[in-house]
Amino acid sequence: MRIAVVDESATRAAVICDGLAALDDCELFVITERREMVARISAVSPDIVLMDLGNPSRDMLEEYFAVSRAVARPIAMFVDESDAESIAASVEAGVSAYVVDGLAPHRIRPVLDLAVRRFNAFARLEADLAEARGKLAERETIDRAKRILMDSRGMGEPQAYAELRKTAMNQGRRIIDIAEAVLTAHQLLGGK
Amino acid sequence: MSSELTVGFLPLIDACLPILAREHGFAEAEGLSLRLVKDASWATVLDRLLYGQSDAAHMVAPLALATTLGRGRPATPLSVPFVLGLNGNAITLRCDLADRVAPSAGRLGDPTAVGAALREAAMERKRAGSRLRFGVVHRYSSHNYMLRYWLAACGVRPDADVEIVTVAPPFCADALQAGDVDGICVGEPWNSVAVARGAGRIVLATAQIWRRGVEKVLAMREPVLAERREDIEALVRALIAAARHFVDPDNHEANAAILARSEYLDGSVELIRRAISDRLLLRKNGKPVHYPDFMFQYREAANFPWISQALWLYTQMTRWDGTEYSDEEAEKVARVFRPDVYRSALLGSREPLPGASSKVEGSLAGLTAVGTQQGAMTLEDNRFFDRIAFDPHEMRGYLANLP
Repeated sequence: MRIAVVDESATRAAVICDGLAALDDCELFVITERREMVARISAVSPDIVLMDLGNPSRDMLEEYFAVSRAVARPIAMFVDESDAESIAASVEAGVSAYVVDGLAPHRIRPVLDLAVRRFNAFARLEADLAEARGKLAERETIDRAKRILMDSRGMGEPQAYAELRKTAMNQGRRIIDIAEAVLTAHQLLGGK
Repeated sequence: MSSELTVGFLPLIDACLPILAREHGFAEAEGLSLRLVKDASWATVLDRLLYGQSDAAHMVAPLALATTLGRGRPATPLSVPFVLGLNGNAITLRCDLADRVAPSAGRLGDPTAVGAALREAAMERKRAGSRLRFGVVHRYSSHNYMLRYWLAACGVRPDADVEIVTVAPPFCADALQAGDVDGICVGEPWNSVAVARGAGRIVLATAQIWRRGVEKVLAMREPVLAERREDIEALVRALIAAARHFVDPDNHEANAAILARSEYLDGSVELIRRAISDRLLLRKNGKPVHYPDFMFQYREAANFPWISQALWLYTQMTRWDGTEYSDEEAEKVARVFRPDVYRSALLGSREPLPGASSKVEGSLAGLTAVGTQQGAMTLEDNRFFDRIAFDPHEMRGYLANLP
């Protein structure tokens, strides 16, 4: 079975392919370029096309599928009504699937299930990454606040940190909030 | 306790009414908490609606009808209790083609004259072994039908003499610049973006093709309307309040700033303000031209879902999908537009309600007072550029006489 994964995010495409590689007798083709997309898909002659819901080219692709000019075999949106649950899960995960006419549902299902799982995994990965980035930014803010206290009040580093922590505890706020307040106050008072 | 409604939209200026209903508290005043979900394609807006991730959506009108008829997706009946606006689109051509077919660059062209010149250019290209190519935003869009209506009336056969392909709105300017297409028919701000980049020139507004053409609608699944009738009627009232606010010139500045925000259109305040005040920069480094009623969001009960408008779209759908007109399909289409819901939502308010729910489209040359259920209503010129009127009782004859 030939599967085309259309995704402008090369990273996500890799994550999905990695998951689909577990399937037997599947050939995977990744298309990340927007230009000539239909020609590329058509050259692959896929049985299934997977595309993320955020891709603005979906309307264009559906038009080509509808008029079947570009692809040799008619492709339809995977909209077998008997499997609404599976489609709803894919919409929720953010993936759409287009399937060549006549492909048996039992062959589609595992692909879609895997794709949904991989999409969800990728979304979690991104959320983790965003959180990690946020933590890193917090760390930097706290370091800068400490530096301000060390410079302006002649404290050592452990003392500066203890000061921030104590203030946070007294006010029932997080250290990062106090650190941000220190930075803001410092800026307002003409510091850099 | 307010009810929550999730409404899908594409980042286009004519998504303004749900956005402003939320931002200015009109929804809240009706006891609604609006959650807006932005997407990048109509396919995804539709999927969310069909699979229950949204309750209602900003949608190109023909797509709501196509979905009901099962074209492109399994048939799922949709309902439209409210029209989000009329027109607001334009045709932008590559500069060299524009210079040839619409030489007076400082103003909008005359549809008949531009069409005749375009025919020459199209035939020349065809003789040379290729075809002029136009981009529209969706197969089932008013853009597609307006462009095709105009071309066909000017002796250019869509698909045979010129090619018409789908290009997502954010890619229209790119496609024009890269030479992938020779012209685009798209909503704002995308024509202006293409002009600002020097990729093309605006030659016509779609309002010149049909002075009062239905554009975006508020669509939902039929069972959602039945189950949440009160909430939907509250939404209709909130949207009407937003429409009244939107068209007031005093609010243009503030509304443009809201629409431009990253969670909505994520675009230029200047381009948006220009479009909502009906001003168009036709060419790069030119001066904006005022074209009254370029966008039409409120006056003359613009938001009333006239059944005749749905039926006109249906005639165009059969025409360009190459399917036979059928009374059965026409009946299904007529049921999509729900003037009854619009009426019951606004009965007793200060909004005028027309007496009829269907009319002969494109038959009025000037100011005409019409009978109403409540309030006073005067309609203005609503003609097609070729002066052919559409009588919803004579659909077969209408189709037979079209080129």
